[in-house]
Amino acid sequence: MAARKGSASGAKAGANVSADELKSYYRDMLLIRRFEEKAGQLYGMGLIGGFCHLYIGQEAVVVGLEAAAKEGDKRVTSYRDHGHMLACGMDPKGVMAELTGREGGYSKGKGGSMHMFSKEKHFYGGHGIVGAQVPIGAGLAFSDKYKGNDNVTFAYFGDGAANQGQVAETYNMAQLWDLPVVFVIENNQYAMGTSVQRATKSPDFYERGVAYGIQGEEVDGMDVLAVKAAGEKAVAHCRAGKGPYILEIKTYRYRGHSMSDPAKYRTREEVQKIREERDAIEHVRQLLLTGKHASEDELKDIDKEIKGIVNEAADFAKESPEPALEELWTDIYTDVAPQNA
Amino acid sequence: MATKILMPALSPTMEEGTLAKWLKKEGDTVSAGDIIAEIETDKATMEFEAVDEGTLGKILVAEGTSGVKVNEPIAVLIEEGEDASAIEEAEAPATGESAETPAPASVPAAAKADEPAAEAPKSNASPDWPEGTPMKTQTVREALRDAMAEEMRRDESVFLMGEEVAEYQGAYKVSQGLLDEFGAKRVIDTPITEHGFAGLGVGAAFGGLRPIVEFMTFNFAMQAIDQIINSAAKTLYMSGGQMGAPMVFRGPNGAAARVAAQHSQDYGAWYAQIPGLKVVQPYSAADAKGLLKSAIRDPNPVIFLENEILYGRSFEVPDLEDFTIPFGKAKIWREGADVTIVSWGIGMSHALEAAEKLAKEGIEAEVIDLRTLRPIDYDTVLASVMKTNRCVTVEEGFPVASLGNHISAVIMERAFDYLDAPVINCTGKDVPMPYAANLEKLALVTSDEVVEAVKKVTYR
Repeated sequence: MAARKGSASGAKAGANVSADELKSYYRDMLLIRRFEEKAGQLYGMGLIGGFCHLYIGQEAVVVGLEAAAKEGDKRVTSYRDHGHMLACGMDPKGVMAELTGREGGYSKGKGGSMHMFSKEKHFYGGHGIVGAQVPIGAGLAFSDKYKGNDNVTFAYFGDGAANQGQVAETYNMAQLWDLPVVFVIENNQYAMGTSVQRATKSPDFYERGVAYGIQGEEVDGMDVLAVKAAGEKAVAHCRAGKGPYILEIKTYRYRGHSMSDPAKYRTREEVQKIREERDAIEHVRQLLLTGKHASEDELKDIDKEIKGIVNEAADFAKESPEPALEELWTDIYTDVAPQNA
Repeated sequence: MATKILMPALSPTMEEGTLAKWLKKEGDTVSAGDIIAEIETDKATMEFEAVDEGTLGKILVAEGTSGVKVNEPIAVLIEEGEDASAIEEAEAPATGESAETPAPASVPAAAKADEPAAEAPKSNASPDWPEGTPMKTQTVREALRDAMAEEMRRDESVFLMGEEVAEYQGAYKVSQGLLDEFGAKRVIDTPITEHGFAGLGVGAAFGGLRPIVEFMTFNFAMQAIDQIINSAAKTLYMSGGQMGAPMVFRGPNGAAARVAAQHSQDYGAWYAQIPGLKVVQPYSAADAKGLLKSAIRDPNPVIFLENEILYGRSFEVPDLEDFTIPFGKAKIWREGADVTIVSWGIGMSHALEAAEKLAKEGIEAEVIDLRTLRPIDYDTVLASVMKTNRCVTVEEGFPVASLGNHISAVIMERAFDYLDAPVINCTGKDVPMPYAANLEKLALVTSDEVVEAVKKVTYR
């Protein structure tokens, strides 16, 4: 069974990608970054409480994979979930208002940063227990296979979760039952403060499916086009009824694990180096400029548009009222049979 | 315009901190991402990054200052081209971001919606099926199988998964015949992977299916309890009502016979504690059938606790094409005026046996089967206790934080003046289940213990 090191083929800068597509990836990644910076700011002001895990640095992963998805495909992830929600088209206002714990948030303020969902966008959370979303993702894929459609589920998890027992259990079942699920390991190299090297002697996570017969490959997660190309390959595999696929996407988180992480486990220089040399947004920016796909002015306009969206989201999140006190007692049970998602 | 840099909150619990060190001085240029200061929170020393770019115009809080409140201005950042006058403007009061923080709403004095009603509790005495319904004799095992088969015929989205449920026909033969009728798509053998397949079931429920997840025993569900509680029970709430897990987790629970400590635990009290779950622990075959059908139709996650010893017991079951029993409705098995015995599941065998023995001694016990442990039919229990003035609870589980403890507390709160004696909880003993036959017998609750407890509360 194949497990391949290195990026997917055909991911050369600009190959088979239109200027408009490139611009949209730039825009989507920038939205996530600016949104997360604003979230960090609101946290500092005390408007966001509890745990807040920022996605800054990892933007190319979700944007690249969403570019490979079609309507009906599902996604589920961990608590570092803001980027996934924005990338699948959820409203930044609703996400930010959930961060501030307000009525206008996706979960009416009852879920917070780690727990949001959208039936409409097929986003199934937002899970706070490391690794728990992996079998859930396989279950979502199971439901599609059961119904006989060709939808695919993206089950995102980190290098930390990759060591959880339930991930191995899920690999086994997903391959056994040919479930259409792409296991996306976002390897940002640190499970909170523990580096991959300090957590395992088998650091090539894409190879771990081999024991179950699952194909996997390593992808450069700082290159949105490489991620997209790998995503397309994985999705094609799943849609063809060949079962699951593993993508280990090498990425990097610029910020702490959560807002309260002093990040003493790595040097400032390490972070700075990646920011300067490998930044995914800067990469696309350069592709756009050097390929003459966009002018500085056009990119400035995009920056401005994003700034506006993020400010609007922040304003909404501040102005939306706290949930009504009766909400304490609602949504514990439902009388309504759920509609088939 | 100059902006004030505020003391940041850098941990979930931080209210104030120490400005340990300034890494930039007045006049320095700052770009977004630069560390401008080190701040000690209640947890750690954190580096504080600038979010905007500009020039550090003025430091308002000197390094080494402790007790700096979150959101207090600590410096002023001026933009390119601005001069010192901008600092004064920024320092002027009444423009602060603190005004953006809305005042927290006041908490109402009576936060709980379910205060006890003033009127006296009444039991719901409506029959579970119409008078004159023809009955047939069935084991609990057959009743459970029929319930699943009927619901699978009724709803295509219902499927059964678990260890040995298909080709082996069920480790305890509960799923006998289902593979033949419904095929391998809907009756699915899993690997021995409780945590994984419970989570997979939750995902399938999120995806619009109606899974029945069978655990070979609930002892093994401890491997899966995170998925049951954190994923299945809490998602409806965490999603603001957008999605949940309409599914059933079922299988035998509690002690079988001579299987020792790891295979003999009763989990009723554990699951009954969790908001978001419904919990059923039936005794009779008719209840097993009617309640399992309700469980499969219920749009919430249901824990269905069966019992290996009861599987083979026969009861009268209504011979109806379709009947269900609602949750939260207890059943009075025997009426009596002298004492109320409350039980459920296999505890009912001991309760009913004790009632027989007591009747011979002239003590008439009212025996109530709770049937569902969440929701609990408190009213039926309270109405009975108000009549008999005495109560004994019977369960197989451990004594500490048992359901008997909980029911006692509710009786004390809502019927204190009616009690003529303290409530006694008959439970399993406070020990891991021993293997030796004589010790196992001692560890389990018995009808003799129930008789003894009743005599104590009736002062006989």
